[in-house]
Amino acid sequence: MAVFINKDTKVIVQGITGGTALFHTKQMLEYGTKIVAGVTPGKGGLEVEGVPVFNTVSEAVAATGATASVIYVPAPFAADAILEAVDAELELAICITEHIPVLDMVKVKRYMEGKKTRLVGPNCPGVITSDECKIGIMPGYIHTKGHVGVVSRSGTLTYEAVHQLTQAGIGQSTAVGIGGDPVNGTNFIDVLEAFNNDPETYAVVMIGEIGGTAEEEAAAWIQANMTKPVVGFIGGQTAPPGKRMGHAGAIISGGKGTAAEKIKAMNAAGIEVAATPSVIGETLIKVIKEKGLYEQCKTH
Amino acid sequence: MNIHEYQGKEILRQYGVAVPNGKVAFSPEEAVKVAKELNTAVTVVKAQIHAGGRGKAGGVKIAKNLEEVRTYAKELLGKILVTHQTGPEGKEVKRLYIEEGSDIQKEYYLSLVLDRATSRVTMMGSEEGGMDIEEVAETNPEKIFKEVVDPVVGLTGFQARRMAFNMNIPANLVNKAVKLMLGLYQAFVDKDASIVEINPLVVTGQGDVMALDAKFNFDANALYRHKDIVELRDFDEEDAKEIEASKYDLSYISLDGNIGCMVNGAGLAMATMDTISYYGGSPANFLDVGGGATAEKVTEAFKIILSDPNVKGIFVNIFGGIMKCDVIAEGVVTAAKEVGLAVPLVVRLEGTNVDLGKEILNTSGLDIVAADSMADGAQKIVGLVG
Repeated sequence: MAVFINKDTKVIVQGITGGTALFHTKQMLEYGTKIVAGVTPGKGGLEVEGVPVFNTVSEAVAATGATASVIYVPAPFAADAILEAVDAELELAICITEHIPVLDMVKVKRYMEGKKTRLVGPNCPGVITSDECKIGIMPGYIHTKGHVGVVSRSGTLTYEAVHQLTQAGIGQSTAVGIGGDPVNGTNFIDVLEAFNNDPETYAVVMIGEIGGTAEEEAAAWIQANMTKPVVGFIGGQTAPPGKRMGHAGAIISGGKGTAAEKIKAMNAAGIEVAATPSVIGETLIKVIKEKGLYEQCKTH
Repeated sequence: MNIHEYQGKEILRQYGVAVPNGKVAFSPEEAVKVAKELNTAVTVVKAQIHAGGRGKAGGVKIAKNLEEVRTYAKELLGKILVTHQTGPEGKEVKRLYIEEGSDIQKEYYLSLVLDRATSRVTMMGSEEGGMDIEEVAETNPEKIFKEVVDPVVGLTGFQARRMAFNMNIPANLVNKAVKLMLGLYQAFVDKDASIVEINPLVVTGQGDVMALDAKFNFDANALYRHKDIVELRDFDEEDAKEIEASKYDLSYISLDGNIGCMVNGAGLAMATMDTISYYGGSPANFLDVGGGATAEKVTEAFKIILSDPNVKGIFVNIFGGIMKCDVIAEGVVTAAKEVGLAVPLVVRLEGTNVDLGKEILNTSGLDIVAADSMADGAQKIVGLVG
C-alpha cells in the first residue's frame, strides 16, 4: 500500500513532448507506471510512446480519470504548470523542474491554500513505490519492494541511500524526494506523518542538508509523534559557511541551519544520524536490529 | 547575484525611494569631478565592493573639501579591503561611490527577505540601525519587527504604517517612511530580489527619510527575465573559475583543497566533500553538473577543475537519475584527451545507463581507477593524492 502512490495511480505527464520528459516517460512506462495521458499545449491529438497528448490538464483528466501529474515543463513555465494541475483538482502534482524563480513559488504556495492538491517538489527526483509506481527521474533498478520509507531533500542522496538498502537486502516501501528549494510543497513532516500511518512502513530514513530549519522541525515532530524508528543523514557537514552550494535552500546564515545544529536536534529527538553518507544503510540496519525489526524488513 | 551599493541606489531611485545624491567614480579625477558637481559641504567617499562591514574596515571616508576627496580616492582605489565578509584575503577596491553627506539624526534598520518558514516575503525593521543587526537579533529579538507579505495584495499601507510606528519613526515622517517601504517592496518583487537590506535607513535634520546604504541580492533562477540586472554584474567581484562555470550552467565553488570533485546533484556533491574530508582528504571545489548536462558541459566542467593548479587528483562521483552515466563518461573521456590528464582520476558511476557509461570508460584507453561506491572512491583518491 505504501504512501501517496501505488500500482493503480493514473498519471499525467505535463510537458510530455520535451526531450527529458520523453526519455523518462519511457522509463516510467517500463517500470509499470500507469501513464494515461500527456499534456503539451498545441500538441493535443498526438500520441507519444502510446500515450495520448492533450492541450490542457483538465481535458486530460476528464478523458482519463488521472489523479496525479508529473511536471517536466521548463523553469519559466513550470509555476504555471503547477497552477494548472491544482486547478484541475489532481490529488498529487510532482514537479521535477529545477531553477524555478522563488517568487513564482511564493505565488503558487498562496494559490494552493485550501486546495486539495498535494505538491511534491519542485527541484526533486519524484516519488516511487517499489515495484508498483515510479513517478519522476530516479533510476528504477536500484529500488526493491520492502518496508523502509525514505524521505530526502536531495535527489542523488536518495538514490545513494536506496542503493545501500537494496544491496544490504533491505527493501523500501516508498521513497519521496521533497526537493531542495526554499519554497516547496510537501515537507518532511507531511511525509513522516504518512509513513507513520502506513502499515507497510516499519522504519524511515530521513536525509536532510544544510540551510533552513526543516530538519529541526521534523526532529521535534518525530519526538512527539513518531512510533517507528528513524535514522538520518545531513549533507554539507564540511561546507564552508556563507558559500552558496547550488541549491537555493542550502545557504548557511547567521549560525542557523548548520549541519552541527541539525544533527544535535536529531540526536536529541532519538534519531541516529549516519556519520558519512556511505553508512546510511548500515546505520538503519543497526537500529532496526536493536528494535527487533530486522527480520521483518529483510527482503527474502 | 550581488550588485554594488551605487547600482542598488540607482534601482531605489527608480522606485521613488529617497537616497542621497551621488555618482560612481573609477579614478581620483572622476571622484573630484563628481564631488564638484555635488557641491556639498561634506562629501562621502565609499569603497564599492560586494561585502558588508566596509565602514569598520576603513572603506568609508568623510571629506570636507575637494582636496580631501582626491586624497581619500587615491588611498582607497587599489586598496585591499578586509572586512568580516570578504574573508582574510580581502577584496581590491576598483570603484568608488561619491555621495553628498547627510545630516543624520537617527539610524534605523530595514530589510526585505524571503522567509522559508512562511514561504512569503517578509519585511524586517528595527530602530537599532547602523550597528550589527545580527547581534540585536540575538540579544534583543523583541526590537526587530516583522511584517509578512501576502503575495496577492503585496505590502499594504497599514503594514508599512505599523512597521514605521513600531520602529519609532517620528510621527510627522511616518508617511515618508511608508512611501519608502512600499517602493522598496515594489523594487523587490519587480526585480526578483532575494534580499534587499537598508542599513542604515536614516532620518535627517531636513526631515527626510533616506536609504544610506543598499544591499541587493537577486534570485539567480529569475535572471533570465531581468536583462537590466544581468548587466550590473561585476566580474571583478567573482572567482574566474566560477564565472567560467556559470557560462555552462555549472554550479561551481572554489575551495582550498587539492582533490577536484565532479558530482551530479548539490546534495551528493556536498556529501562527497564530506566523505573526502572524513577519509582525511581535502576537496578543491564543489561542482554540481546539474541534471540536464550535455557531454560538452561535462567536458568544460572537467577543464575548469583541471585549470586549478592545486588539483592533484580528481574524483568523479555520479549517481545518474535525470543525468545519464554515458553522457558523463563521454564528457570525461573527451576532456581528458583534449587537455591531457596528468593527475590520478577516480570514477564512480551508478544509476541511469550505468553499463553504457562504464563501457565508454573501459574502452577509452585512459588510466581511470574505477570505484564501487562513494566511500571506496573517496578512499582511493585520498590514497592516490597522498
